[in-house]
Amino acid sequence: MAAPEIVIEGRDITRDYTVRAGLFGASRKIHAVNGVNFAVERGKTLAIVGESGCGKSTLARIITLIDPATSGTLLIEGKPVDIAHERMTKALRATVQIVFQNPYGSLNPRQKVGDMLMESLILNTDASAPERRERAMAMLTKVDLLPEHFNRYPHMFSGGQRQRIAIARALMLNPRLLVLDEPVSALDLSVQAQVLNLLRDLQDEFNLTYVFISHDLSVVRYLADEVMVMLNGEVVESGSRDALFSDPQHAYTRKLFAATPVTDVGAIRARLARRAAASAGQKVEGHDSHG
Amino acid sequence: MAPLLEIRNLTVTFDTAAGPFKAVDGIDISVSAREVLAIVGESGSGKSVAMLAVMGLLPDTATVTADLMRFDGQDMLPMSDREKRQIIGREITIIFQEPMASLNPCFTVGFQIEEVLRGILGMSAREARARAVELFASVGIPEPEERLRSFPHQLSGGQCQRVMIAIAIACNPKLLIADEPTTALDVTIQKQILDLLVDLQEKHGMALIIITHDMGVVAETADRVVVQYQGRKMEEADVLSLFESPKTAYTRALLSALPEHATGGRLSTVSDFMVSHQGEEA
Repeated sequence: MAAPEIVIEGRDITRDYTVRAGLFGASRKIHAVNGVNFAVERGKTLAIVGESGCGKSTLARIITLIDPATSGTLLIEGKPVDIAHERMTKALRATVQIVFQNPYGSLNPRQKVGDMLMESLILNTDASAPERRERAMAMLTKVDLLPEHFNRYPHMFSGGQRQRIAIARALMLNPRLLVLDEPVSALDLSVQAQVLNLLRDLQDEFNLTYVFISHDLSVVRYLADEVMVMLNGEVVESGSRDALFSDPQHAYTRKLFAATPVTDVGAIRARLARRAAASAGQKVEGHDSHG
Repeated sequence: MAPLLEIRNLTVTFDTAAGPFKAVDGIDISVSAREVLAIVGESGSGKSVAMLAVMGLLPDTATVTADLMRFDGQDMLPMSDREKRQIIGREITIIFQEPMASLNPCFTVGFQIEEVLRGILGMSAREARARAVELFASVGIPEPEERLRSFPHQLSGGQCQRVMIAIAIACNPKLLIADEPTTALDVTIQKQILDLLVDLQEKHGMALIIITHDMGVVAETADRVVVQYQGRKMEEADVLSLFESPKTAYTRALLSALPEHATGGRLSTVSDFMVSHQGEEA
């Protein structure tokens, strides 16, 4: 068997934003993403974890070829891609697609679901109208929606269904790489479970590669193969999921773990015991002050 | 001991173009002094509406009925709005999900907390300023004197939520309702805010109702839990028995939908449960 194929690789990716301090103030550079290296094998999931402002969404936009990096090299299937200086090709656009966080904002409210799915085919392929329609219908059933949903508008769907529409739209061009920017954080728990299941099934079926952006470690643990933790635009720790979850090295990673709520019974019991002890302590104090 | 807040058979109906819609359908809720109650449910379960009904914050299209609504020994049902305002905003206060949206962007946060202190507690400007500094310090806002002069947009989401909490505890309420207080916040900030809420609850001996969809938040804060689904109460239990031995299929479904409870392959979803549940009912 050949060596594992790297679908996307970033070398020393940096993105600066220039911020002007007031009308006459000196401008100053902010490193939103600073010297980030990563590589994802075909069929695997890289999770990028971090809190707001850590640069994870900026990185997602660079990987999706929406924004160029200020410096560094982005390689897609081994070939360097530079959208700042070269025209974006249709083939390239078909390689990488993205699903955004908020399915209420990412779907055009005036466009029917079917048109939404077919639009990328019109723009990027030569498929005939009947073929486009057929492919859109097929994709609807792939994401567990029904053919009759084809002519409906986004407002007629629930949040989970909308996120499935967004996923279907992203998959219309058969991308090799799907960037998922917090795809389930706006969803209810049980709907989140459905969408996560769907993402897993689709990955198996199409051998998709995922870059999964999230702040939720329990979701990351469920879906990721590799994990990268970001803070202030830099990667503080990266490694396989199992290594990172069993033995986090960096202080910030440990802080993230400590802050993530745990739902196991032992932890709840320990918390209740602490609480009982605290309130007993207070009562004793109160008693003393009265006596 | 009588509960601090006791509600029996609460029903909230909205008039909609498609006819009346029951958002809350005959729910009993009670919370004792010094207790942390979590109301958990998914969107549309009526968890927020039930508490907004208690606070009188629902629009005119809502009809609220209840057999009993008693707070601290007083029957709230026959009260006039004026009498209710003696309780609501003083003895019962609420904080919301979006701290940025809950604060007025046109005024400094100092003005907004002093407004409460002067308007409700009748403090002088000088007293209010001193008390505001104290309150800001007690909710962990660094440099409270300087922060009083900040506008909401100059503060982070976590800081804004701390300001909201400071305003909510300004009148030493007996009950604080937190409606999804950490949903919009990062996980490390969420931890800080939840710790702060429980800490204040213990220190001031308040009762705390946390409305959430997040089982993690429930596990980290609650003494007792009410699980709601489509306007009905599915289950009520102390937190340990809820996680240890959930009684209803819906709670089991919610717990098994947690990614950390995934055993190998797939996560179970509530619709898995709905199919079997409908089978049971038939």
